[in-house]
Amino acid sequence: MTTTIRERERRTGWMLIIPAMLVLAFVYAYPIARSFWLSLFTENLGTQLQPVFSGLNNYGRMIQDGRFWQTIANTMVFTISTLVLELILGMGIALVLNQAFKGRGAVRTIAIIPWALPTALIATTWAWIFNDQFGVVNDILLRLGIIDTGINWLGNPAPAMLSVIIADVWKTTSFVAILLLAGLQSISNDLYEAHSIDGASPWQSFRQITLPLLMPQILIASLFRFAQAFGIFDLIQVMTGGGPGGATETVSIYIYATVMRYLDFGYGAALVVVTFVLLVAVVALAAFFLSKLRTATTGDA
Amino acid sequence: MAKLELSHLNKTYSPKIIPVKDVSLDVDDGEFLTLLGPSGCGKSTILRLIAGLEQPTRGEIRIDGKNVTQHSPGDRNIAMVFQSYALYPHMTVYDNMASGLKLKRVSSEEIRRRIEQVSLFLGLGNLMQRKPGQLSGGQRQRVALGRALVRQPDVFLLDEPLSNLDALLREQVRAELKQIFESQNTPVVYVTHDQTEAMTLSTKVAVLSNGDLQQLDPPRRIYTHPANRFVAGFVGSPQMNLLDLKCEGKFAILGNYKIPLPGRMTPPPEITLGVRPEHVRLAEPSDTHTLQGKVILKENLGMSDLLSVKVKGAENQTLRALLPSDRPWSAEEVTLALPPDLIHWFDVETGDRLTSENLQPVY
Ligand SMILES: Nc1ncnc2c1ncn2[C@@H]1O[C@H](COP(=O)(O)OP(=O)(O)O)[C@@H](O)[C@H]1O
Ligand SMILES: [Mg+2]
Repeated sequence: MTTTIRERERRTGWMLIIPAMLVLAFVYAYPIARSFWLSLFTENLGTQLQPVFSGLNNYGRMIQDGRFWQTIANTMVFTISTLVLELILGMGIALVLNQAFKGRGAVRTIAIIPWALPTALIATTWAWIFNDQFGVVNDILLRLGIIDTGINWLGNPAPAMLSVIIADVWKTTSFVAILLLAGLQSISNDLYEAHSIDGASPWQSFRQITLPLLMPQILIASLFRFAQAFGIFDLIQVMTGGGPGGATETVSIYIYATVMRYLDFGYGAALVVVTFVLLVAVVALAAFFLSKLRTATTGDA
Repeated sequence: MAKLELSHLNKTYSPKIIPVKDVSLDVDDGEFLTLLGPSGCGKSTILRLIAGLEQPTRGEIRIDGKNVTQHSPGDRNIAMVFQSYALYPHMTVYDNMASGLKLKRVSSEEIRRRIEQVSLFLGLGNLMQRKPGQLSGGQRQRVALGRALVRQPDVFLLDEPLSNLDALLREQVRAELKQIFESQNTPVVYVTHDQTEAMTLSTKVAVLSNGDLQQLDPPRRIYTHPANRFVAGFVGSPQMNLLDLKCEGKFAILGNYKIPLPGRMTPPPEITLGVRPEHVRLAEPSDTHTLQGKVILKENLGMSDLLSVKVKGAENQTLRALLPSDRPWSAEEVTLALPPDLIHWFDVETGDRLTSENLQPVY
């Protein structure tokens, strides 16, 4: 039997892709499908941990659950604040690191260290930095005479949220900076020179050359950071445990508490499914924009 | 409209890297000056100094009599075509061409008018909405040129604009460039390492080597009266024969051929003879001074043959001769003649041209 080259190529293609598909199926598809199945049951201390089919009851309960909506709001505040701050600061750092100066290589390496450190360690450190009695932040503010008495950073709702945002920005900005730096390095210097001969100021070049050509990297960084920040758990769990009074409780922490503390498995599974759908929607949206953008910059369809 | 003057330009990156040593030259309206020289001799650096992308260590740049040395690139009203074209990849052809005019706050009415005119001229009409990524190399080159032309600058700068095109296209675009810039009454500075481009396009050629100006003359004169050994060897293809010869009395000795030195010269112990392969010819019976040699290599160039000849009586000297393919010769022994008026003499030590003509350069 003879096969055309095209057929043979297609067969080889499938053979190459199947292992990856299997891994994805076991690691992602199965847990999500299983979670969805679980979310159709009530399985908690009330049912003596026996699964009892309850249809979409868990989802109905979620709509009524004020604590759930509060955690969604907290997660959004945390995600958007860190994303915006990290992009702005990361862009600034990337622009500086893209300049030629003595010791640039060393500085680039140092810049990535916060991102490489274990989160639990960073969280513990930042918790001490914001400690109301022994913390460095209060000490500095007191010495500068900006405040009279120490602020209980992690003990009050707004300061606690601010503290975890600062800690996360400190940890992750360098990651964004390195990603943007890679993009900056791919922009030919000729373009800036041509633009300056055309009469552009540095700010105009940044707006008209750098930003549009860096858009793919900005979008990818945003996507990464959105997904990570939306699922934030370790940093906040260690620093505040979601407190005070749920002020820093994010969706992940709520899910963790629901399942591990209240042993409410069915409801926890429903929370997972909804969070998953939200995330996928945002990622799909970003991916769509990314492909649009690629068409716009290179003209390739 | 404008005149470009460079006086005593020097660019020193470090004590060891001085790509521009001391360059002074003028380019008038409608003049097409080519900076010609081997790779790394400082051509691009001079262009970047004129554009303001680099600051000179010493010296002055004047445009239209005004000292612009301290002006930023955008304030010099210069247009530059880059070797890489430097088209903005995220903008359409139209926006690429409009960019500089928008920055200068030209009315959109006027922008449209100028772009229409230039794109008609360059045949870019149907490409206006494409992105550079969708264009061929030749089209990109044309857009880069168009972007410079719509600016209507005081000075045009072009850095090896043809080097990324294939040979056939290069020849075609070269001819177009000549037409385009003949119609622009503006100084043009053109950088190339390709002598054919320099010869065909320029009204004036500046030959550079190691950051120093070697010769500044019209292209014809660069060919007929090279100012020194470097220019003689660099300009012309195949390369000029350059032979170091011993002198005896008023003659230079090549094998058993005594070549009379030019008139008023006090004979040095040694001298460099230069003669272009295309000027070496087969001897006629009427020739009194001839030299014999053995052909060691023949390269067929189509229209003619390039022979490498070992000169009899001077076995370490090889002379190359370009002979028409249809003339018969014997490989064992050819007899050649050197026309005396087409021989160049250079100082062995300094490389400077020795014939008196060179003392009064003619522009
Ligand atoms: N920014 C720079 N720093 C140090 N050396 C440089 C710089 N730019 C160019 N050079 C050196 O100057 C010399 C001339 O370069 P260039 O003007 O680009 O030569 P060309 O265009 O004639 O090939 C080269 O040896 C190059 O290495
Ligand atoms: Mg160059």
